[in-house]
Amino acid sequence: MADKLVTRHLNAYFNQTRAVKDINLTFPEGKVTAIIGPSGCGKSTMVRCLNRMHEVVPGAHADGEVLLDGENIYDSAVDPVQVRRRIGMVFQKPTPFPTMSIEDNVAAGLTLNSAGISRAERNRIVEKSLRQAALWDEVKDHLRRPGGSLSGGQQQRLCVARALAVEPEVLLMDEPCSALDPISTARIEELLLELKSNYTIVIVTHNMQQAARTSDYTAFLYQGDLIEFGETNQIFTNPKRRETEDYITGRFG
Amino acid sequence: MAENVAVVGRETRRRVRVRLFGDRVFNLVTLGLAAIVLILLFALAIALIVDAMPAIRKFGFSFLVTSDWDPVNDLYGALPFIYGTAVSSAIALAIAVPLSLGVALCLSEMAPDWLSRRLGFLVDLLAAIPSVVYGLWAIFVLGPWLRDYVESFLGTYLGFLPIFAGPKVAVGMFSAGVVLAIMVIPYISSVCTDVFRVVPPTQREAALALGATKWEMVRMAVLPYGLSGIIGAIILGLGRALGETIAVAMVIGNSPQISASLFAPAATLASVIANEFAEATSDLYVSSLIALGLVLLGLGIVLNVIARLLVAAVARQRFDSSR
Amino acid sequence: MAGTVYKESSHAFRKFKSDFMMAVTVAATIVTLIPLFLVLGYLVFKGATSLNWAFFTHMPTPVGEKGGGMANAIVGTFEVVGIACLIGVPIGIGAGLFLAEHRLGRFADTVRFCADVMMGVPSIVVGIFAYAVLVHPMGRFSTLAGSVALAIIMIPLVTRTTEEMIILVPHELREAALALGVPQWKTSLSVIVRTALSGIATGVILAIARIAGETAPLLFTAFGNRFWSTSLVQPIATLTVQVYTYAISPFPDWQRQAWAGALVLTVIVLALELGVRWVTRAPAKAAR
Repeated sequence: MADKLVTRHLNAYFNQTRAVKDINLTFPEGKVTAIIGPSGCGKSTMVRCLNRMHEVVPGAHADGEVLLDGENIYDSAVDPVQVRRRIGMVFQKPTPFPTMSIEDNVAAGLTLNSAGISRAERNRIVEKSLRQAALWDEVKDHLRRPGGSLSGGQQQRLCVARALAVEPEVLLMDEPCSALDPISTARIEELLLELKSNYTIVIVTHNMQQAARTSDYTAFLYQGDLIEFGETNQIFTNPKRRETEDYITGRFG
Repeated sequence: MAENVAVVGRETRRRVRVRLFGDRVFNLVTLGLAAIVLILLFALAIALIVDAMPAIRKFGFSFLVTSDWDPVNDLYGALPFIYGTAVSSAIALAIAVPLSLGVALCLSEMAPDWLSRRLGFLVDLLAAIPSVVYGLWAIFVLGPWLRDYVESFLGTYLGFLPIFAGPKVAVGMFSAGVVLAIMVIPYISSVCTDVFRVVPPTQREAALALGATKWEMVRMAVLPYGLSGIIGAIILGLGRALGETIAVAMVIGNSPQISASLFAPAATLASVIANEFAEATSDLYVSSLIALGLVLLGLGIVLNVIARLLVAAVARQRFDSSR
Repeated sequence: MAGTVYKESSHAFRKFKSDFMMAVTVAATIVTLIPLFLVLGYLVFKGATSLNWAFFTHMPTPVGEKGGGMANAIVGTFEVVGIACLIGVPIGIGAGLFLAEHRLGRFADTVRFCADVMMGVPSIVVGIFAYAVLVHPMGRFSTLAGSVALAIIMIPLVTRTTEEMIILVPHELREAALALGVPQWKTSLSVIVRTALSGIATGVILAIARIAGETAPLLFTAFGNRFWSTSLVQPIATLTVQVYTYAISPFPDWQRQAWAGALVLTVIVLALELGVRWVTRAPAKAAR
């Protein structure tokens, strides 16, 4: 099992405030790694560092190393645009492009990266991605409708399909279910389990049951520090650190 | 004790009466002042319609499509001015729209906050300069410069096109269009900047996370989201260009003719009113000029309403998608 | 994971295109600002060399005679604008108060809509209106007609800024005052208007800057006057109309004075505009 993504001494800042402190973590290939912790612990910030989305926020920057297949994505020669092409992301709230159709939403990233893609090829990838995101059956008859016309849960799966269409190697999910109802949440969780054979997945969640259900490994962050990392089973049944135990037993957070 | 209560009661009632009276007066006064705004607009329209009536009765609909403007024989047709207004505004928008979009994108996507505010302020200053000052500058500086450099360049290389043929003069449709462009840019760009700034960060991030470059993000997330606002801003700018009077009157040459060449002198609805109104001799002449004003009023109102609806649609879209 | 065969667009090309387009936006901003600096530069250069003390203290001279100034036009501008404010500011603020107090009423919606529409009415059309209702019945051009025309342009600007500034006053403040038993009208005038006062003043001053630079609505209302007049019912000279008349005249001496007049006019307008922004540091967009 290879280490797909490795962070070394990763720090993230908002202006002068350090929100993520010296994180050393390894995300194994083909596994789901959950990042848990109380609100404001820096887990979203940390995961946004993994595809260089953190620096998009004005006044924000990061230092340290993030190795993707051994190559540091924070190297000055690396263009963040290429990093994001290989590491896809799904956000907390569904973010379909409201003026684009369902089909165009899925193909949005595709049209950027591949010039002169044939119509048939495009359709094939759209269908494949929508199937992977378990949305195909619901939308296959109205692909020309605007993306905004779907329900919240469908919109989020549309965003998953959109991220998958460019065939990333890693999929980052930043609390993907926090704005969804329980049924949609269940569908997204099923999806995670199906996808992990092909992708390395990092999921941020404040929902410990969700982390326990879906992930192979779990990292616990508290106030910007990595408190504990290990197999999900071990973290939830036999945590080594006191803080972790307090958190998962609901004593704070 | 009981007496005290009664006194207090009386006192309170008196106060309540005074208060209610005060509130009523206050409401009535502000209502009246607000009604003035409403009445003014209607009075404006009615006064113009009434005073334009003689011309409307005499010429009917053909007023709008006849090109004779002949005060000597008391014959009036608005076509040259409608044409002049349309073409000068079209030139203005052709120059102003790309520049305004560039400015708005630079201010909303490129410049850091502190620089963006300062640049925005400078662009706003363009709108603060009085139009008579633009006119003066255009007569003595811009017009001659356009004639000597831009018009002669266009004439040399594109002179086979009728629109760039003919003698190059400092005063004419082209100069007027360029001045108008300078004057409407601040309006279009400031609305567009605002529109781009309300595009939710989540939309931008969604595009970036797909591996979009900055420009691709603009194309994918910013421009489509703000489209109706952009169109609204352009229409707002068009409304400005149509109604702008003095600067145009000073550089367009004021000749009621329809020429193929953009360099030839022309006149607009607003410029002919400015030039001829005070000297109009016959009643029909005045009435015809007021009828031109009525056309301007109608265009101004319609464009303004459409523009505001479109710009408001962007704000609503944001509301919808943030649900 | 492979299996899809399509050509990757050259990353270098995409990056170049993005950088290029973003550079174009910067270039557009620079191109847009060039006329601003050119206009101001020429004004200072041509205006300052034509400006002298006599410009402020002397009357216009007949054609062919050297010298003279625009004393009457400077005073005239202040008079016409001043009277326009006396008419326009109370109406504008009152209407703005009404709109802010009755946010959701149908009548308020109509008034708000009309104010917005009035901002789109070309100023020359307002001039025609003032001509029709004042100049024509009175049989003469007058200061009053010019002021009314400018007031009509000013009213919707003041109305909308007032409304927006009052809405910014926190609701808690109003409720606190009402809870203390202060009558509604007193609350409105003392607490809310006072809190919003600097914003409203900003809007009023920006509206003044706007109308001070207007020429078109004055052409056949205030008309212009070669002689000294401060009468309400006589034609009156204004800086803008004087600059216009001199600029399109064939006489170099008058053209020289037009530059001087334009400089003075621009200094007045920009001083209002810059002064108010510098003091409040908050651009009041509504006054556009």
